[in-house]
Amino acid sequence: MKLNLKIWRQKDAKSKGHMVDYPINGIEGDMSFLEMLDVLNEGLINKGEEPVEFDHDCREGICGTCSLQINGEPHGPDRLVTTCQLHMRKFKDGDTIVIEPFRATAFPVIKDLIIDRSAFDRIQQAGGYISVNTSGNTVDGNATPINKHAADEAMDAATCIGCGACVAACKNASAMLFTSAKVSQFALLPQGRIEAVDRVQNMVRQMDLEGFGNCTNTGACEVECPKGISLENIARMNREYLSATTKG
Amino acid sequence: MGILDSKIPTGPLAEKWTKHKNDIHLVGPANKRNIDIIVVGTGLAGGSAAATLAELGYNVKTFCYQDSPRRAHSIAAQGGINAAKNYQGDGDSTYRLFYDTIKGGDYRSREANVYRLAEESVNIIDQCVAQGVPFAREYGGLLDNRSVGGVLVSRTFYAKGQTGQQLLLGAYAAMNRQINRGKIMSFTRHEMMDLVLIKGKARGIIARNLVTGELERHSAHAIVLATGGYGNVFYLSTNAMGSNVMAAWRAHRRGAFFANPCFTQIHPTCIPVSGDQQSKLTLMSESLRNDGRIWVPKRLEDAKAIRDGKLKPVQLKEEDRDYFLERRYPAFGNLVPRDVASRAAKERCDAGFGVNKTGEAVYLDFAAAIQRYGKEQALTQGIVNANEKEIAKLGKAVIEEKYGNLFQMYEKIVDENPYETPMMIYPAVHYTMGGLWVDYNLQTTIEGCYCLGEANFSDHGANRLGASALMQGLADGYFVLPYTIGDYLSNDIRTGKIPTDSSEFEAAETAVKTRLEKLMGGSRLHSVDHYHKKLGKIMWNKCGMARNAKELKEAIKEISELRADFWTNVKIPGNAEGMNQELEKAGRVADFLELGELFAKDALERNESCGGHFRDEYQTPEGEALRDDKNFKYVAAWEFKGEPKDAVLHKEDLVYENIELKTRSYK
Repeated sequence: MKLNLKIWRQKDAKSKGHMVDYPINGIEGDMSFLEMLDVLNEGLINKGEEPVEFDHDCREGICGTCSLQINGEPHGPDRLVTTCQLHMRKFKDGDTIVIEPFRATAFPVIKDLIIDRSAFDRIQQAGGYISVNTSGNTVDGNATPINKHAADEAMDAATCIGCGACVAACKNASAMLFTSAKVSQFALLPQGRIEAVDRVQNMVRQMDLEGFGNCTNTGACEVECPKGISLENIARMNREYLSATTKG
Repeated sequence: MGILDSKIPTGPLAEKWTKHKNDIHLVGPANKRNIDIIVVGTGLAGGSAAATLAELGYNVKTFCYQDSPRRAHSIAAQGGINAAKNYQGDGDSTYRLFYDTIKGGDYRSREANVYRLAEESVNIIDQCVAQGVPFAREYGGLLDNRSVGGVLVSRTFYAKGQTGQQLLLGAYAAMNRQINRGKIMSFTRHEMMDLVLIKGKARGIIARNLVTGELERHSAHAIVLATGGYGNVFYLSTNAMGSNVMAAWRAHRRGAFFANPCFTQIHPTCIPVSGDQQSKLTLMSESLRNDGRIWVPKRLEDAKAIRDGKLKPVQLKEEDRDYFLERRYPAFGNLVPRDVASRAAKERCDAGFGVNKTGEAVYLDFAAAIQRYGKEQALTQGIVNANEKEIAKLGKAVIEEKYGNLFQMYEKIVDENPYETPMMIYPAVHYTMGGLWVDYNLQTTIEGCYCLGEANFSDHGANRLGASALMQGLADGYFVLPYTIGDYLSNDIRTGKIPTDSSEFEAAETAVKTRLEKLMGGSRLHSVDHYHKKLGKIMWNKCGMARNAKELKEAIKEISELRADFWTNVKIPGNAEGMNQELEKAGRVADFLELGELFAKDALERNESCGGHFRDEYQTPEGEALRDDKNFKYVAAWEFKGEPKDAVLHKEDLVYENIELKTRSYK
């Protein structure tokens, strides 16, 4: 198929960016979206132009590296997939596709479609862990039985890949879904309860410091999340936060 | 042969590790604060090592090319992690895990290392549970297990089809805790370009900041490489796009021996190649073989009709299907080890029974499992006289709970619903057993340079069993290296900070700069991908699932010519200052072009078939791998001498004191 791409180009963090039109031919439905960009880049390189830089790595939807706002939606029109799992069969001949980086103050553009998501790392560093040192003498894995439903729910929260689609989908660029996924995972497990009070306060504080906005309660994040992380996690984080701040 | 001292402790097998831990030197808490360690790579091995070393009190710097340590490719591991817990009471033990791993590796790994791995496996599960890794559980609240290829027990712990993700996020969380304490400095979007040696010891690295393009000098008392495997030498593999051999290869060029490069794992259950623009291959977890049955049509005309789209697989009667793994290997059936399953699939496809357009695919079918689970569910839920439809619905729900994310992934890529029609799969490059040679302490042949996880060669011999890569990565990082590195560092408590303005750092940085300039200065004829794809074709066709002397010799010649062409004609747009993804790729492909040749040389030198290394010339009448223990029971460790063709072979003889060498049989 033949497509008209409109792509955000930006030389570096300091420069101003702009949209550039790139018509492209010979795209097949079986190609992934990123393979389509590979074809574009191969063509640009052969013409002596600079290729469009974009983040990607595992190309199977688990590392969370790829991003891209495609026609206004994080990871494009398909549901429960990352951009690398989006296939061109979702588009039709003659389509215009607008490709931009995820937009958020806390995610500055580095170059073209590449953004800096280190704010997410710093939120995790503030408390996204259980303080247990490595030793060969921790208690046996089966010493504490854990309710299967709680374990499954913790797992569902833990599948967040940290891509940032929730932030990009949100009018306020809120990182509530991301932060609450980790808070929830540990809040649901007995191992995580011990530090629950400090964890939620520290992670929320860092989230605010990074410049993410407040939750809009519109649920766009849940719709766009490639891993289907549920809004319930935000409710749980709010509950945890409230009880943490009132208990002190 | 004095150079290759594996430093295996004396004493009975089961006591070696404990004894060794008691014998080695320690570094006191106050001195640890004065010692710096660099960890390159932040996957399971690097991440767990960095966190543990920082907990102990060392000053750690981590480096990864990704934008966050959480994105290392360990994250893509699906099926699970083995541990000899014997929670299922099905006869598992440390010895049995040890035995299965040695046998699975076709008797080409070190007994002492593998036994230690089996011993530590149980600690990994305890540690990860304590960290809050949400492993799958049974209704009673205890940990659930499943089985993978090559074993007869259920010892695999898992978190849906995302075990690697959960374990990596556990290690990442442990790292974050230390970053927050200031004990780890994390350098993301950085690539190690060279290793710096001072008086023969590894004392630092030259790293390139991938955002600014600047070269940086970092010093430390020891360097840990945990940078994964080199499967991308094949261009198409299940590795991440950025996975590369640069750090290990740079260390090799500085004196670290590279062991068994030809031992590569071709994984049987991957989604087949669909087109020329394909950039990578996607794995379908081995755990699927617990419930999926692998087959092709019995008759050639049926296979042809399926390829032409005239016949659908579900229309083919049971008696017209050839469940070739169950037929050839009744004892292990669909759960034979990966090398065996891959070769069997290739054999059927080569004989004309392949089922996709290109004839390079076999079926992985869940219909029988859906029926079985459906009936079981109907019974437990008290549904009397359930009809076909109800049973199928109940069965599909069970399959969805177990493998939902994999089925979804398959459907997105192939555009077919695997609940209704069998999956199509074909083998693809997945893992590399070879890697930097290390001794029992995980030290390379360069003093102070350690290597962990997939990047080293040590535990999987010629074939790795499923759910063992995660086990090795975490055992190395959490439980082995933190002990053994202390022994080495105990000599460094008076050394003080290593300065980065020495002539050695200066020379290394200049060499990196020169190399980058040379890459940028090509005649600009072909893109980096052009060369990478060409290399991949040579590797897949001549060094792939079956190899022979004639083709390996051709491969050596072709790769060497391709390398020369690359250095003269490669085209990299932009410049070396600032972010330049083409330049990053070029540096990695340049190293693959050297490694690829050594790979072929190693395969040519090993005149036997073992595990994933299958030489056409050496097979039994039934087409199974024919090992030659008399002549090849050794680790091939290559010393760099300028060009891959000049590499010098050193042999580490493998001694089996506890296991009798046998012909591997899964029949």
